Amino acid sequence: MDINDIIKPENRVYKRPALLNDTHMHYCPGCSHGVVHKLIAEILEEMNAEDKAIGVAPVGCAVFAYNYIDVDFIEAAHGRAPAVATAIKRLQPDKLVFTYQGDGDLAAIGTAETIHAANRGENIAIVFINNAIYGMTGGQMAPTTLLGMKTATTPYGRRADLNGYPLAISNLVAQLDGACYVTRQSVHTPAAVRKAKAAIRKAFENSMAGKGTSLVEIVSTCNSGWKLPPVQANEWMKEHMFEKYPIGDLKNV
Amino acid sequence: MEEVRLMKGNEALAHAAIRYGADGYFGYPITPQSEVLETLEDEMPWETTGMVVLQAESEVAAINMVYAGAGCGKAVFTSSSSPGVSLMQEGISYIAASELPALIINVMRGGPGLGTIHPSQADYFQACKGGGHGDYHAIVLAPSSVQEMCDFVSLGWDLAFKYRTPAMILADGIVGQMMEKVVLPEQRPRRTEEQIRQQCPWATTGKKGRKQNIITSLELDDDRMEQNNLRFQRTYREIEKNETRCELINTDGCDYLLVAFGSMARICQKVMELAAEKGIKLGLVRPITLWPFPAQQIADAAKGCKGILTVELDAGQMIEDVKLAVNCNVEVKHYGRLGGNVPTPDEVLAALENLFINK
Repeated sequence: MDINDIIKPENRVYKRPALLNDTHMHYCPGCSHGVVHKLIAEILEEMNAEDKAIGVAPVGCAVFAYNYIDVDFIEAAHGRAPAVATAIKRLQPDKLVFTYQGDGDLAAIGTAETIHAANRGENIAIVFINNAIYGMTGGQMAPTTLLGMKTATTPYGRRADLNGYPLAISNLVAQLDGACYVTRQSVHTPAAVRKAKAAIRKAFENSMAGKGTSLVEIVSTCNSGWKLPPVQANEWMKEHMFEKYPIGDLKNV
Repeated sequence: MEEVRLMKGNEALAHAAIRYGADGYFGYPITPQSEVLETLEDEMPWETTGMVVLQAESEVAAINMVYAGAGCGKAVFTSSSSPGVSLMQEGISYIAASELPALIINVMRGGPGLGTIHPSQADYFQACKGGGHGDYHAIVLAPSSVQEMCDFVSLGWDLAFKYRTPAMILADGIVGQMMEKVVLPEQRPRRTEEQIRQQCPWATTGKKGRKQNIITSLELDDDRMEQNNLRFQRTYREIEKNETRCELINTDGCDYLLVAFGSMARICQKVMELAAEKGIKLGLVRPITLWPFPAQQIADAAKGCKGILTVELDAGQMIEDVKLAVNCNVEVKHYGRLGGNVPTPDEVLAALENLFINK
């Protein structure tokens, strides 16, 4: 059989999502952002939501998310994405509104907006990339940096007495009455990717069903910031990150 | 239909916004402007026009909600007082840089710091000279009556949408708190989504039938960022050319010229009466737009007069623009009270006499 007999539309099982732009991403090889972007693009396409989706981009590595995911986007100031999403959704309740934020954006400078948007039960979905480091600014300590972890601003390792403790903010959000769905996922294996996709889809569906705020934390790697090759970064994440940030649902109402 | 009511400036502003067909208000309580949020919550416009009213967790969140609403092409606004408006400066810079129409109200109180809850005009520099980071301007309107607190809501939004730029109503605590007769305008309908799609084709309304819209102020290519800045500056020159507004009272052939805005312009009208009794002929220029500043109008009014007194509830801020306007061809002095104090007309006249006549 000739290979051209196999390459036919009816045999196609996988393709680039229509809403993921055919362009070079600026993300480092091995970074989790590209996988999560692809999942969002796939889900929006599967939900036929491309005409009603409005994304909110963060400040951080994903600041250019709007260059890759082909729906309307508003670029928020650092940490303000949940406030921005609040207004978009309140003013246009028929739209699918989601934020895409890193750990510094969501759990440090934007803590107040995260907590209060979830506490008001805003009908938005929050996708939260937790790689325990500030990637874009060059690998400084994040609120989620593990104790002992070396970063540009904790060169001898994070110390509780100097820097406080890693913040499991999803556990905090899960305590709030306005949050309907809080889950922690990862994208380091094909099985994990499928689970993460189901979680993000559920969060998007919750927002359209008016159930309240959903937060999907993706425990991620930052091989550049962690100074590890991609495969080793995945191993390091399994060994260290999952202990502090265990995978699974924290709340599912 | 139009309606005549007796109310505070802050209350009139809230009613005017509902009647304009506003889509959303996002704010945080602070004295002396909390009546704006209180009036809106009391009126429950979400039941009638569908307007959104939300008490945010902070002024920082509120201005970013306004940024988002403006990005969606909606008529949205926030109100605060001086310390709260300081917190909003980053967001105002983003709104200007993203070329979005929004209305921001500052009912000024005395500073610096936590300061006082009593009236002030000491945020003139912040409002007119940028406030936030980068080369930008907001159109700044200075109401001096409850009626103008009402009227400048529609003027502010109309200008903001025309030029896609933030507009600020810079009121002082007196204008926000005093009660006067006001004619409220007719209720206008809110714009439909279809109208917004037509009038604001740049807005994030969902990309139905068009390419993706992105609201952002980020541009890492230096040449493109320079072009963006040059476009902003062209808009500002257009605004300066078309939208400079002021009121001139008895300026023809006056001995001395007063320049004052907001509540101080009202006090200066009494000063003019007292001066006339003493045979001193005073004129008054009341800037209505503080940015763009009515420099040419002041220069024209100052021709032939012996001196200019700026009367401000601050230590001398607008005086700098007045000096630039007359290019030091006329002597310009300042009189102001600080810390929430308000001068009487007698005090102002005595200051004028001491600074110019009996010196």
